[in-house]
Amino acid sequence: MSGGRQPLPAWVDIGLIPIVNVLLAFVVVGLIVLSIGVNPFTAVRIMIGGSVGYPEAIGYTLYYTTNFIFTGLAVAVAFHAGLFNIGGEGQAYIGGLGVGLVLLALDAVLPPLLLVPLAVLAAAAFGAAWAAVPAYLQAWRGSHIVITTIMFNFIAAAVMVYLMVNVLIAPGSMSPESREFAAPGHLPFAHELLAGIGITMGQSPLNLTIVLAAICCALVWLFLWHTPWGYALRTMGHNPNAAIYAGIDIRRMTLLAMGLSGALAGFVGVNEIMGVHHRLLLNFTAGYGFAGIAVALMGRNHPIGIVLASLLFGILQQGGAELAFDIPAITREMVVVIQGLIILFCGALANVTKPALEALFQWLHTRSDNAPAADAAEA
Amino acid sequence: MSTPAPPAVELRAIDKSFGPVHANRSVSLSIARGSITGIIGENGAGKSTLMSILYGLYEADSGEILIDGQAVRIRSPRDAIAHGIGMVHQHFMLIDTFTVLENMVLGAETGPVLRPSLESARRELERLGNDYGLRVDPDAMVGDLPVSEQQRVEILKVLYRGARILILDEPSAVLTPQETEQLFRILQALRDRGATVVLITHKLREIMAVTDAVFVMRHGEVVAERRTADTSSEELAELMVGRKVRLELDKTPPHAGAPALVAHGLGLRDSRGIAVLDGIDLTLRAGEIVGIAGVSGNGQSELLEVLAGIRPPTVGRLTIGARTIDAAHPAGPAEMRALGVAHVPEDRHRYGLVAPFEAAESALLGYHDKAPFSSHGLMHHRAMVDHCAALMERFDVRPRRPELRSANFSGGNQQKLILAREIAAQPRILLVGQPTRGVDIGAIEFIHRQLLAARDAGCAILVVSVELDEVMALSDRILVMYGGRIVGEVAGETADERTLGLMMANVWTPPEAPERQSTAVTAP
Repeated sequence: MSGGRQPLPAWVDIGLIPIVNVLLAFVVVGLIVLSIGVNPFTAVRIMIGGSVGYPEAIGYTLYYTTNFIFTGLAVAVAFHAGLFNIGGEGQAYIGGLGVGLVLLALDAVLPPLLLVPLAVLAAAAFGAAWAAVPAYLQAWRGSHIVITTIMFNFIAAAVMVYLMVNVLIAPGSMSPESREFAAPGHLPFAHELLAGIGITMGQSPLNLTIVLAAICCALVWLFLWHTPWGYALRTMGHNPNAAIYAGIDIRRMTLLAMGLSGALAGFVGVNEIMGVHHRLLLNFTAGYGFAGIAVALMGRNHPIGIVLASLLFGILQQGGAELAFDIPAITREMVVVIQGLIILFCGALANVTKPALEALFQWLHTRSDNAPAADAAEA
Repeated sequence: MSTPAPPAVELRAIDKSFGPVHANRSVSLSIARGSITGIIGENGAGKSTLMSILYGLYEADSGEILIDGQAVRIRSPRDAIAHGIGMVHQHFMLIDTFTVLENMVLGAETGPVLRPSLESARRELERLGNDYGLRVDPDAMVGDLPVSEQQRVEILKVLYRGARILILDEPSAVLTPQETEQLFRILQALRDRGATVVLITHKLREIMAVTDAVFVMRHGEVVAERRTADTSSEELAELMVGRKVRLELDKTPPHAGAPALVAHGLGLRDSRGIAVLDGIDLTLRAGEIVGIAGVSGNGQSELLEVLAGIRPPTVGRLTIGARTIDAAHPAGPAEMRALGVAHVPEDRHRYGLVAPFEAAESALLGYHDKAPFSSHGLMHHRAMVDHCAALMERFDVRPRRPELRSANFSGGNQQKLILAREIAAQPRILLVGQPTRGVDIGAIEFIHRQLLAARDAGCAILVVSVELDEVMALSDRILVMYGGRIVGEVAGETADERTLGLMMANVWTPPEAPERQSTAVTAP
């Protein structure tokens, strides 16, 4: 009898399984691409080349990555507290509103050194506030956070449409967009910064926000694993009864976790509104909030994993756009199918390959155990 | 097969590892048909693993299982049931809002329409009731039944599925001594009608009282097989632990000091408005151990929760030092800790630790924001690990690896870690729920000594336990709870099991002329 469950080495669990899953996804995607008459190797070459092959492409990929990092971290922080925040989309939207309001109000009076931090804080505050309402409803009123955060996405969208169409629209404009912010309210683009130190890079939306994303990764790691609040948050997530026993205030902790989660999601607004569009507009969140769930799942809710998953998602986003552009047979919808399959394999089906790998390692393990014995017997 | 009557169960060289933990090492044993066989051993000795393998919850790494002389492969409980093996778990697998009958057929329905299943189950229930004296009202809601009857439903469920081999895991944990006697009569009736019963327990007395043969396990191996008639509690205890064990604690008389905690008319109503605690008057003095005896579910858990600040009392008040706690001025667990109340919770998995956390993290649950673990908003990993290592050394927690996940320690070692954490906080009041539930006999002795040492250091200790032996061994005073009230008080040194058992069932009447100094009973 064999088949006892041997725990896998950590490097297999964290490293090998995701890679195997990505490869599996590519095999399936390859078959689909083949079925519509496109050489899958050409498709992969275009996708990779289009996402990391030249400086502008890298810029685009990292710009998408920035958004995925924020929403991935947002989902992860809530998840560590045992809360499933599906409202990243709405929180990002309202976070962007916060940025826009600060910049519209103050871009003529404040210097960039004050204006930019204020706008970043506004993104965090607006995102946090938007998440705090469902958190309050769950902690004090018992309304399930999954339901309320989903509903708050719709409310956020409706509020934004109302504000853009009726209140914030630039005078005389035909499209629901605000006026453009004055120059102090623009975050510098990466190509501008690099030009400043003598490196030329093609134009891309990549901007200083990626530094904020990196700082957020470090702070989330520090907060979750090296502060008493992070400890309390994780205790609540793993075992709410133990948290009560330990004297942790579950309600306040729910509010804290969701507030942080919403603030992180709100930073998508910094990247989009202050970094790229330089004006308030509709639908700039483009599904990043939902993608954050897959990013967090794939990144195992750890900042390093989230960075890696965000990079993959960024590559898919940018490479997919390039693919649709270069090969007419592969439509925009086809690219979404490809992205969906990869998310499916890496996220939802992440544990499908695990038993097979476990069996493989079990077999290797017993073989290496028995081999010396067999050698000895032969001798 | 060589012998005409093969054993009901034969295990040959069963081996099972969980990562680095070798839970079963080449275990071989055979269980005669129509017998009651005990398996006894320390926690982590591998007896539960072994039975889980037999029941198909785990698969062995190597080895053979023979049922009635036939080699079989058991990959899931479904296979086990098909081979006539049934298991009564320590934690009942019943649905409270279903009737007895519905619980019986759950998972054993004969078709897509429920009625025929229920009807055949009703007939079968009748037959089983007649055959074994296992009578339960088939239409009663399981949640309304007392625990002992719920256990009967579990046994009936197993028999209904055609089990000829019954495994019972610590069946007496939730029963009064009288109910345990009843259970034993049922087991004997089952045996007399040809069933094979395997009893997993850590209570030596039960092994001696009811089994025909006993296997002793230690460190994953079977170290001894005895006919029960040819052995003694002392021998079994020694075999289990691998050294001589003193079953009696010798304790010095208490030096009870000033009251550390006074409860006055404490009451608690649950969400349905039912009083689960009613008029509790209680004084804990520094330097004494007060034991709470009672069948589980009579308010002991709620009393601990109220005293620990997990739930505020609905009426009455609680005084600790200068602080008075009542419904209008509740104190949460954090404030209680600040007042010097430490709490070893009854259910360590639910409350006492966080399973996926490193031991070092679980070792400061409740103290995580205190120095030296935290300062200036940061936690100090080094201090956490050092603290945990010190606790492990002092309380002999094995393995001594602070970085290991809390869930990977055996029950006894988890309990020692929690106890270490709470005693190390140097509390003035220590609340201990089920100090040795699921803990091996060697560790029981150790835990009891630690509690006595804390008492002698001047700590006021409240011990809640369903183990009457334990309450009697530890307590300087024993309070008996029934239906949320304290129905009796007995001095520790004069307590006898029979009186306590009767009090626990609330049927005790004081003798005509009570001896003056001994069993002083208060009837609130």
